[in-house]
Parts: sequence; structure tokens; C-alpha cells
Amino acid sequence: MTSITGHPAGGEGIGYSFSQPTAAPVKQHGFYPYTDNGGSTLGITGSDFAILAGDTRSTSGYNINSRMVPKVFKIGGDDETGEGAQIVLSVVGFAADGNALKERLDAVVKMYKYQHGKPMSVSACAQRLSTILYGKRFFPYYVHAILAGLDEEGKGALYSYDPVGSYEREQCRAAGAAASLIMPFLDNQVNFKNQYIPGSGEGHALEAKKAEPLPQTHVEQLVRDAFTSAVERHIEVGDNLQMMIITREGIKEVFHPLKKD
Amino acid sequence: MDHFPGTWGRPRNDVYGAYNPQYLQTTGPKTHTSSPAVTGTSVIGVKFNGGVVLATDNLASYGSLARFTDVKRLRVFGDKAVVGFGGDVSDMQYIDRLLESIDIRENYSSNGNMLNAKNLHTYLAKVFYKRRSEFNPLWNHVLVAGFDGEGKPFLSSADLLGTTFSAPHLATGFGAHLAVPILRRLFPEETPIEEISREQAVSALKDCLKVLFYRDARSLDKYSIAVITQDGIDLKEDEQIEGQSWAFAERIKGYGAQTN
Repeated sequence: MTSITGHPAGGEGIGYSFSQPTAAPVKQHGFYPYTDNGGSTLGITGSDFAILAGDTRSTSGYNINSRMVPKVFKIGGDDETGEGAQIVLSVVGFAADGNALKERLDAVVKMYKYQHGKPMSVSACAQRLSTILYGKRFFPYYVHAILAGLDEEGKGALYSYDPVGSYEREQCRAAGAAASLIMPFLDNQVNFKNQYIPGSGEGHALEAKKAEPLPQTHVEQLVRDAFTSAVERHIEVGDNLQMMIITREGIKEVFHPLKKD
Repeated sequence: MDHFPGTWGRPRNDVYGAYNPQYLQTTGPKTHTSSPAVTGTSVIGVKFNGGVVLATDNLASYGSLARFTDVKRLRVFGDKAVVGFGGDVSDMQYIDRLLESIDIRENYSSNGNMLNAKNLHTYLAKVFYKRRSEFNPLWNHVLVAGFDGEGKPFLSSADLLGTTFSAPHLATGFGAHLAVPILRRLFPEETPIEEISREQAVSALKDCLKVLFYRDARSLDKYSIAVITQDGIDLKEDEQIEGQSWAFAERIKGYGAQTN
């Protein structure tokens, strides 16, 4: 190796005061760009409605940041009131990523309406959300998203996502901190898993109870029960329950108090 | 004769060995902040009937060294918004410069309405989020106080990751552990902020600062406090914590050098 002076650089005898190219070890970043803000979300569909719910607690570690930070958002409506929206998105995980994702999807749905002169369908929005998430495959939005609305036939539609955009349409889904507590309850109460028709047979001949769409009031009660139970066993869930009920008449938003301990 | 001027005046290599250039700048990769250097501790704030109070102490620490004892960590924006900074002080000064340039631009622009505290908070949160997404964070946790678009008192938080949240009372850093429980007891969240007077809010923050001075090793008894109302900002930057009582310290045993 030769330096600009024409003399061998870094050799013995010459002690330059300026730096020589050294093979400094590549330093690892000490900065971790994610955090977990806790909380849980839950969505259930029926024959002519969809419900998306989430608690309103925001945590960092053992601290409660705030008791009122909503996780469920109207997409494609007025910025202040949410009026005109037909799609609802819930995000749980890293709240800053959740907000960024919500704002991007909101912009996309609005642009769609301006460009095509008709509101975006839930299925199209669902595919677009997957694309947005996958677009950050190598620096993901650290969130579990659930998208809800009514499909072209007016039936309740629910799509659930992983952080990098894998998605599927489902009848019900719980996400977030207390997902592992709520999801088995939903399997049993919505899809009637492990429920059998009494006296229909012996052993393997016992006939399983068939899942069918549930009435709206019943589903609302299931959601409230799921959260009051989750609050008992998970410290990151609590304060208030935010529910968005999507029907043909529009989106109704209701809040119920949860335990604040 | 040594023919290399670059080596003149240096300790002789045959006596002291060659200089190790590793101590000097290397042609390594571009580096970003991976930890803060000079830092400010807690910021605390409370909403009251008709406004918001915000307070910080005047200390900037260098690790455990109380390095600068007269640093103003409450920064005024426009005539009805204040930002309280915790975390890295140089990043605070950068953001302050950023906000000043926005303030000047807004004042020269033809539309008369100034950015309110809510707009300012949204902007700051997006700056933080952008910088964390570039892996080049601004190492701060801030509280923004003022009024929203409807003229209601506004208090919200933003941090280096872009996380945001709002509550009737907020505190960053150590204050989240020590001040928030005091504030939650004094002003329960179910009681409306209309029932909290300015005097109550100010004295509550003073109490919190005192508790923080007792128990936060990186805090100071000199502080700044800003009261934001629709009439304007009342900012005091050279206050002293009053009515200290260290009598309790005598009874604390088990941490120090005492043996009995």
C-alpha cells in the first residue's frame, strides 16, 4: 500500500499523526427502533355486521402512559369526525408504527375515492394493506392489524394480518397482548369448537355443533366478556373498551369502562 | 535527519513505539447517535381549567456528573405553546432551532393563523418518527403544552421512537415513576379538568419537583415553570424549590456506609 507521499504508509519507523486506514470493527447499533405499547384488539363478524374492538390503555414496560389511546380507527372518512368511512382498522403492537400505517392506509383509501369516484371495497383495501405491510418487509411495521367492513354482498368482512402482510379473511380474530387469552374463548363461543350436540352419539360418533353467524347483540356481549376476562389476567389490558360496530347504517363507536388497576 | 515532516515533534518511535492511529478518526462507517450524551431529566405537566402548566429543572447532566446547572429546558413556540424537553440537550437545541425557523416562516406567511400546540405536537412526533426510521434518532422525550384547534387545553407527549400519547397529567423519565402517581392522586382522571384551578396545578407541580429532587439523583433544586393560558405564557426560568425538609433522610438506613 502506498500513501500520497509516495512512501509506504503505516510502515515501521514513520509515526504519522493523522489517521491511517484501519480495519476498525464495525460497530453494532445500540438503538432499538421498536417498543411494545401493549393492549389487545378483537374482531367478530356476523351475517350483516362486523365488530372491531380494542382497549384504550397505552403502556411502556410497567408504566401506564395513558388510559385513553384508541387503537381502532375509521379509514377513509373525514379527518376530525371520521364521517363517510366504511372501513375500520385496528392496530396493536408498536403504536408509532400503528399510527403511521393507519395514516398511509387512510390516504390510499381517500385517493382511491378521488380517482375512481367510488368508495374502495373492503377486499381491495385488504389486499392494499397487505401490500403496504409487505413493502416494509425488511423493516416491518411492528403491528398486528385487523381490517373490518361489509363485503359486496353486505356480509360482515374481517381480515387479519401479521406484521409483514400475510393475511386471510376470518369470522373472528383476537390480536395483541391478550390474544392468547381471548382467541381460545372465541374458538369456543364463535366457531363452537369442542361443542357437541348432546345425545347425538357415543364417542367419535358424537356430532359437533355447527358454527353459524351470531346475532349482533350476542356478539357485542361476547366482546365485552372477552375483554373483562382479559383484563383480569393481563396487566397491559384495561381502562376502557372501544367498540366500532359496522352495519349498513354506518359505523357506530361506543366506549365501555374496563378495570383501571 | 528525519525527512518526514509528519513525524516531526512526535515522541521518538524507537523510544516510545509507533503512535497508534486507532485513537484518531478512522475511515469507518458513518455513525449515528446510539446513546445520549448530555441529558436533561424529567418534564412534568398538568392541565387545569383554562390552561396547562409545564415544569422542568435546570440541570443538564453528563452521565452522573451535574455538568450544566443553568439550562433552560422549556422552550416557547409562538405565543401559546411550550415544549418541555427531556433527554439529549444537543438534540433539544437542534429541535429548538428547527422550531424557530418554522415560527419565523409562519409569521412571514400570509395566512394569519399560527400553528397551535396540537399541530406542533403532530409535527414533532413526525420528526421523531422519521429520524428513528432512519436509525438516526433525536434522543428526546418531550411534552407539548398549549391549546388545540378548538381552544381547549392540550398536553401531549412524544418520544425518540415517535410514540405519542395524551393524558390530563404527564411526566417523562423519572417523573413517570414519581410524579404521575402524585398527580393521579391529587387530580383523579375521572374528575374534569374544569375543577382544577391554576393555583392547585402550579402547587402540585412544585410538590412533584421537590419529590423528584429528593429521589432523582440527576435532578436539581433550580427549575423552570411555564403557565400557558389564553392570555399568554407566564414563563419563570430561575426558580428555587422551597420548603425542603431532609428530616426523612436521617431515618433511611441500609444504603450507605452506616453499620448500625
